Amino acid sequence: MPNVILDFEKPLLELENRIAELKQYAGEKGIDLAAEINLLENRLRELKKEIYENLTPWQRTQLARHPERPNALDYFKLLFTDFLPLCGDRCYGDDPALVGGIARFEGVPVTVIGHMKGHNTKENLARNFGMPSPEGFRKALRLAQQAEKFGRPVISLIDTPGAYSGAGAEERGQAWAIANNLFAFSRLKTPIIVIITGEGGSGGALALGVGDVLLMLENSIFSVISPEGCAAILWKDAQRAPEAARVLKLTASELLSLGLIDGVIPEPLGGAHRDPEGTADNIRAEIRQRLQELRRIDTEQLVAARWSRLRRIGCF
Amino acid sequence: MLKDLFRKQKRYITVRPGTVPEREEEKEPLWIKCPGCGEILYVRELEKGLKVCSKCRYHFRLSAPERIAATVDDNTFQELDGDLQAVDPLSFPAYRPKLSSAEQETGMRDAILTGQGTIEGWPVLIGALEPNFIMGSMGCIVGEKITRLIEKALKERLPVILFSASGGARMQEGVFSLMQMAKTSAAIARLHEAGILYVSVLTDPTTGGVLASFATLGDIILAEPGALIGFAGRRVTEQTLKEKLPPDFQTAEFCFNHGLIDLIVPRNEMRQILAQILSLHSERG
Ligand SMILES: [Zn+2]
Repeated sequence: MPNVILDFEKPLLELENRIAELKQYAGEKGIDLAAEINLLENRLRELKKEIYENLTPWQRTQLARHPERPNALDYFKLLFTDFLPLCGDRCYGDDPALVGGIARFEGVPVTVIGHMKGHNTKENLARNFGMPSPEGFRKALRLAQQAEKFGRPVISLIDTPGAYSGAGAEERGQAWAIANNLFAFSRLKTPIIVIITGEGGSGGALALGVGDVLLMLENSIFSVISPEGCAAILWKDAQRAPEAARVLKLTASELLSLGLIDGVIPEPLGGAHRDPEGTADNIRAEIRQRLQELRRIDTEQLVAARWSRLRRIGCF
Repeated sequence: MLKDLFRKQKRYITVRPGTVPEREEEKEPLWIKCPGCGEILYVRELEKGLKVCSKCRYHFRLSAPERIAATVDDNTFQELDGDLQAVDPLSFPAYRPKLSSAEQETGMRDAILTGQGTIEGWPVLIGALEPNFIMGSMGCIVGEKITRLIEKALKERLPVILFSASGGARMQEGVFSLMQMAKTSAAIARLHEAGILYVSVLTDPTTGGVLASFATLGDIILAEPGALIGFAGRRVTEQTLKEKLPPDFQTAEFCFNHGLIDLIVPRNEMRQILAQILSLHSERG
């Protein structure tokens, strides 16, 4: 069981606790309660299905932001071998909110980059809550250009509330760094697979989002503005974020039907944080298939196709 | 919030290139107070001086048609893709009425005017964002018109000049808006590979997703004096830091001092500097 239980998961927790109590009681007293326990376990399974198959956009937002949801380094460990972290933008510093390096995917060297959140307050403070500064975006670009040089595919994992909005970030050209990534990734002569694993917050997410395939985990979100920010603008009331989450069309399935992403990767029932290995298995299968397809295309064609994908967006 | 940047300003009659502005005396004021120095300025004089305060050089905002008129040679501007109409791909709450009132207020169909013209005789493809159309925000149409302008530049090998004045990506078009950042940036990358000049001019205000895409990708980046230029809204940054920021934070001067732009160019010198840049990049020399 995860430590953090979301509001809509509370009925599940109650049922799970009740089952545990019964089991304990049966064991202590030597009474056979198998029938009752079985009944409750069936009920739990049904309730789980009912809840997780009918999640609202706001509930998915909460899952996407769940503190125990696997982060970039968790996925690097689960998906790759021989991960070698590489650091620094060669100019100002190393940004802990954005991690990257070289690793092997099923034996093949790849470059991996991703926003890095923590699982608790202490880790989040160290990682600046996954909000990159210009150095982070520049490091990502440096690693991607290195991948191009050595013919490695790039796997980019997105999970950020957005780019950091500090004074130093502004001084060092936050907007310039993001724009430059959009510019350069669009012409990079190597396959790029982008997966939104958690929060895809606006420009800070997009800076790692230009590639040949854009996929989203089932309970991840991708949005031009946070639901809270949108509610504050629309209704002058951040409390109405759940409504805003609905109107923004930020879920994976909605974005797929709008033609804005290329695929949705299913998560085990209950969300990625309840089964990181199962989630990684699904991601692995998707990367394997997509890499196989992309590696067959020559780079000229690859870059041309990347452009035509972007070119079409927003033509009605 | 970015909304704060767009304090209501007095609107003026649109200056279409080659036409004399007409004034409806009872609607438009004759006098206006300069936000820079407090001086009371005669509106007609202000307009003759490109809407720059004669006393303190405060640069009033220009509408997109005013900007084009102030930049290209008289009677040379030909609008492109003027028929493209704003879209509402998400059926977003209250967006259609917002679009209609923006249309009525500005006489434009979305937040950008693009076209072809000459500057001191140099042919150029030019675009200007309209700060009064939903804060000059970039949705599908703004992204599409910029992309088409760049595609025309690629085909005809003409230089591109874009004047920005924008609060960023347009919330009401969701991820469609966000992706226009990628689309315009990728279009500029193609222009770059083709060796074609792109000059970006940042005017008051240039923020958010517009600054984080095409506006900062110019071969040469110019800015007007005093323009607000920044990624995150000042209030957001102040909340993040829990401290007051220096008064020049996120201005053209701040960006210049941090090496982020090439030059700050006063409005009355803009045409001349642009002409010089175009000349220095032309085969004719
Ligand atoms: Zn003044």
